[in-house]
Amino acid sequence: MADTLLAERVLERKDTRKKILDKLAPIILSTAVFLAISAVAALLITVVTQGWSRLSLNLILEYPSANPARAGMRSAFLGSLWTVGLSALISVPLGIAAGLYLAEWARWKPFRRFVEFNMANLAGVPSIIFGLVGLSLLTYGLGWGRSIIAGAFTLGIMTLPLVTVAAAEAVKTIPEALKQGAYALGATKLQVTRHIILPNSLPMMMTGAILAISRAIGEAAPILVISGLLFIRQDPTSVFDRFTVMPLQIYNWVSRPQVAFQELSSAAIIVLLLLLMALNATAIAIRYRYQKRLVL
Amino acid sequence: MLLSASSLSFIAIVVIIGTLVIESSIFFGHVSFIEFITGTEWTVLFEPKKFGVQPLVVATAITSLIALTVAIPVGLATAIYLSEYAGPTVRRIVKSTIELLAGIPTVVYGYFALYFISPNLLMPLIEGLGVHSALAVGLTIGVLIIPIVASLSEDAMYSVPEDFRLAAYSLGARKMDVVFKVVLPAALSGIFASIILAFTRAMGETMIAAIAGGFRVFYSFDPREAMQTMTSFIAQVATGDAPHGTVEYQSIFAVGLLLFFVTMVFNVIALLIVRRWQIRY
Repeated sequence: MADTLLAERVLERKDTRKKILDKLAPIILSTAVFLAISAVAALLITVVTQGWSRLSLNLILEYPSANPARAGMRSAFLGSLWTVGLSALISVPLGIAAGLYLAEWARWKPFRRFVEFNMANLAGVPSIIFGLVGLSLLTYGLGWGRSIIAGAFTLGIMTLPLVTVAAAEAVKTIPEALKQGAYALGATKLQVTRHIILPNSLPMMMTGAILAISRAIGEAAPILVISGLLFIRQDPTSVFDRFTVMPLQIYNWVSRPQVAFQELSSAAIIVLLLLLMALNATAIAIRYRYQKRLVL
Repeated sequence: MLLSASSLSFIAIVVIIGTLVIESSIFFGHVSFIEFITGTEWTVLFEPKKFGVQPLVVATAITSLIALTVAIPVGLATAIYLSEYAGPTVRRIVKSTIELLAGIPTVVYGYFALYFISPNLLMPLIEGLGVHSALAVGLTIGVLIIPIVASLSEDAMYSVPEDFRLAAYSLGARKMDVVFKVVLPAALSGIFASIILAFTRAMGETMIAAIAGGFRVFYSFDPREAMQTMTSFIAQVATGDAPHGTVEYQSIFAVGLLLFFVTMVFNVIALLIVRRWQIRY
């Protein structure tokens, strides 16, 4: 009886339509994957074909100019380095401290959940909103003006959740036995944190930090709100200088109608993407280099 | 000290809300809230000034919805394929490609919209379409948010325990039934959350809208038109260096507050969905 039912319902079922669909499903689904990948390809091909011929070292050595043949993005390149570097000085230590606390010290679960909830919320706030708050509080409220430091603080707070989450994850990967061993030898909590947890989770934390830096380098909207769209022909000398960054220089060039500026923006995008790729490669290298040490 | 560092996220949220509310209250000293919410004309940058935010809201809604119609099918299909069909090598390659997509700065996507999607894809297909259009903005934002839908949904499906699949197979189910009737429903809360997060990301996207949407305020539901979104209005005023304290300057905070409020509501809904319906297997 059971045998016939099984045979009837499953083994000898005549649902040809479903059978075909079952075979087709992975093909249809992989078409979507192909679409997503071809979008990346189309983007990269457009950028490279348009910008390749214009790519030269002068792009980061020359100041912007109304003449596209001579224009470069020296001020934007340096502005990005200053702003993003300074923002990392804010987000990395704070993020690591917060991540450590969340993963290791915060024992009271409701508080931990509350902080995690806020982090997730903060990560979902549109980046331009951070620019508005920076403009109101830092530029005018504290009187920092439309300066590098106002931009850096804004980016630093914006990327804080990224560093924090990565740091908390890094702390969680440390084997319990390692910590218990240290406690058994009479180490205090602070000593365990300093000598066991921090050194062992630092590589992974750095990966998170690099990802946050990549995010900050590509960010245009909050900086646009704080700095405006500027034509700057000098190097930054202090954190209170007005500034521009690479994505904004690209935005400026993209919005001009002349073909020469379009090529210039493509070349600038290539530089920006190369920089991001170098950062990501560093993150991967760090992860790879230190990955095996923690197996206990 | 560590405590204060981890409380920063909460303080940041409070500061954001406080700043936006205070700056907006100056704006609402000049303009009635009712006019702001219900008005259909937004002419802040020229006379006579009118402060009806609806054209901006409609433009944001249209571009975000177009983005979702791109990102949901492509992102979900990618997630299903990666989680249920792909072998480990394909999975690794595709995942890193999609992460690459996620790491590209949005200004590059704006360039992509203006110099590829608009002239090479849309304009040959649709007669009379200009370089700037809500359609181009929406499609490009759609590409931008594919990684959010794909990777979060994939996480959700991948974490459905193998027992579920084996149980279904042992009852004689085909692979397709296992995927669509067992795994997909089990991962539904995570998938919903990924879609909502992608939606809020789409609403907050600035550079694509500013580059490919144009700066013309236009009250229309026709996606072929060029129209200004909430974010691109803020970007335009910022570009023009509006003097501190003017109504133009204050208006970007009112628009920002509205944007923040809407995205916050959606984000909280997404977080609650994950918390409430996430089943711990």
